[in-house]
Amino acid sequence: MNALLEKQIQVIPHLDGKPEMLVCKDIRKVYPTPKGDYVVLDDLQLSIKQGEFVSIIGHSGCGKSTLLTMIAGLNEISGGNVIVDGSPIRGAGPDRAVVFQSPSLLPWLTALQNVMIGVKQVFPHASKAEKEEICKYYLDKVGLGNDFHKKATSLSQGMQQRVGIARAFALKPKILLLDEPFGMLDSLTRGELQDVLLDVWQKEQITAVAITHDVDESIFLADRVIMMTSGPYAKIGDELVIPFERPRNRKAVLEHPEYYDYRGYLMNFLNH
Amino acid sequence: MKTKSIKTLKFLGLGFLEPLIRMFSGEEPKKNASVFIKKTLFPIASMGLFLIIWHSGATALYNKEANERIEKARVEQGEEAAIAMEECIKSGDISCQPNTLPSPAQVYAAYKTLWNDHIEISDKKDKFAQKTAKTNAKRAEKGLSPIEYTGRPSFLDQIGTSLKTIAAGVLLAIFIAIPIGIIIGLSDVLRNSMNWLIQILKPVSPVVWLLLVFMIVKTLITDPDLDKSFIISAISVGLCAMWATLINTSVGVSTVDKDFINVSKVLKLSIGQNIFKIVLPASFPLIFTGLRITVSVAWMVLIAIELLAQSPGLGSFVWEEFQNGANDSNAKIIVAMFVIGIIGFLLDRIMLSVQNFMTFNKA
Repeated sequence: MNALLEKQIQVIPHLDGKPEMLVCKDIRKVYPTPKGDYVVLDDLQLSIKQGEFVSIIGHSGCGKSTLLTMIAGLNEISGGNVIVDGSPIRGAGPDRAVVFQSPSLLPWLTALQNVMIGVKQVFPHASKAEKEEICKYYLDKVGLGNDFHKKATSLSQGMQQRVGIARAFALKPKILLLDEPFGMLDSLTRGELQDVLLDVWQKEQITAVAITHDVDESIFLADRVIMMTSGPYAKIGDELVIPFERPRNRKAVLEHPEYYDYRGYLMNFLNH
Repeated sequence: MKTKSIKTLKFLGLGFLEPLIRMFSGEEPKKNASVFIKKTLFPIASMGLFLIIWHSGATALYNKEANERIEKARVEQGEEAAIAMEECIKSGDISCQPNTLPSPAQVYAAYKTLWNDHIEISDKKDKFAQKTAKTNAKRAEKGLSPIEYTGRPSFLDQIGTSLKTIAAGVLLAIFIAIPIGIIIGLSDVLRNSMNWLIQILKPVSPVVWLLLVFMIVKTLITDPDLDKSFIISAISVGLCAMWATLINTSVGVSTVDKDFINVSKVLKLSIGQNIFKIVLPASFPLIFTGLRITVSVAWMVLIAIELLAQSPGLGSFVWEEFQNGANDSNAKIIVAMFVIGIIGFLLDRIMLSVQNFMTFNKA
């Protein structure tokens, strides 16, 4: 275990010299209840570099989803600041695309239209053909090249989540926020979608924050795993740099001699 | 082909024919035959039973009233008058027929009378149109309005008028209820402050609405060329029937899936885009459920309102027949009853199909 921590000093090559994209400063979240305030998050500090993939793990109810929705601007911040690319956020916006746990596609639209609705907002001056090209590019990337015109409701859960991923990337966001994106899928589909996600991410190099409670998923996806303590007054308990080389290959990661050290470290944190 | 035609049938609300199609295409003929018997033949048998009960009921009532008439004649005018009355009733003379619930056969005869009447009247109309064609052409050149047929409307014309009135009323309901429903659905404050008004106005009787509309329209519309009674009944129908749509729209709009709202927030959609691209489509299923209720309420209310507003249509037909008291008036009223029921049923089926079409949540 000590050998593992000694290595943590090293810098991940693809992040060398990159500026900070997301800074959470003194974040606090309080829910008022009849019995007094319930403090979910307290004094939470987080800093993520441009192009970094961070996953956040923690027990259910520790406030990791709360943190993510606050970064997205969908949840009010009780104290502190969320700073994206140098300026504090004001509400939600397409610069922070979200992939929700449930695909939340608009069921009356086709796959293409679901992506298009976002692209239209972000690229209002592009021609219709250009917009369509963007949509089709990302749908193709997530493996839906033949299903552009299928209604969202006629797609399986996994397919719908693929559209959700395409929709998020097509916004060309500064930060991609993933709220347990594969939580509702069976393990086979989950694996496939992790590959799809990493594949597109590798090309786009977008800063990404993924919430998960799956230890293997957090290692496979991230450059750095952030471990949150259990609430109330949750904060960041520990973090672990995952230096496996990119682009990643599931087999190579699983066969890496140190994989189980990393896994053990995370499991150890969660079990205490 | 088979699945497609079954799908179409189900869409049209004729799903009960499904086993018949399956049976003839050779799919489990025994099982489908028994399903067909259960689903289709039993209902038909129940119709027969209904006719039998109706017929015997009508006969019993007829006999009761006939006996009463004879007894009355005996008590008031003596034995001779009683025998005369009995013979008169037996002979089928119109002057002394018991006036009670008509039997199925009488209703069918009344139906045929109404149908022949319609053919006669439309014949007259055609002839009138031919006669006045030249004059009307001349009048049109001079910019005058054409001479119109002003004779008595046939039963089918009355149905047409009623359908026109309900269409106008429902359209009015849509144009009032959906926008208001969206506005109050979007704002908690507005919804709470409007709620008392909706809850109080919703159960108000059609008759009162009619009187209220009458008060206002009478003052507002002074142009004698406008069909005031049509306007009054259409507006009253709309006002009576719009509440289901209004409430369903506001509920639908206020309970849009939080995920969709989050999508809208992340994409920073403008208010207009948010309403037309997210909120409205998401509440379509509830809105169309409300519309279906609106249409069926509108049809029920329409008959009563026409009856009171003296505007032409099925309602006034029923009322006139009741006032008329002719030999076959009762039978004609029953014909109207069935026509009203069947049209109401068809309207509901149409709305059900539209509703199914607009509901996207089916897996």
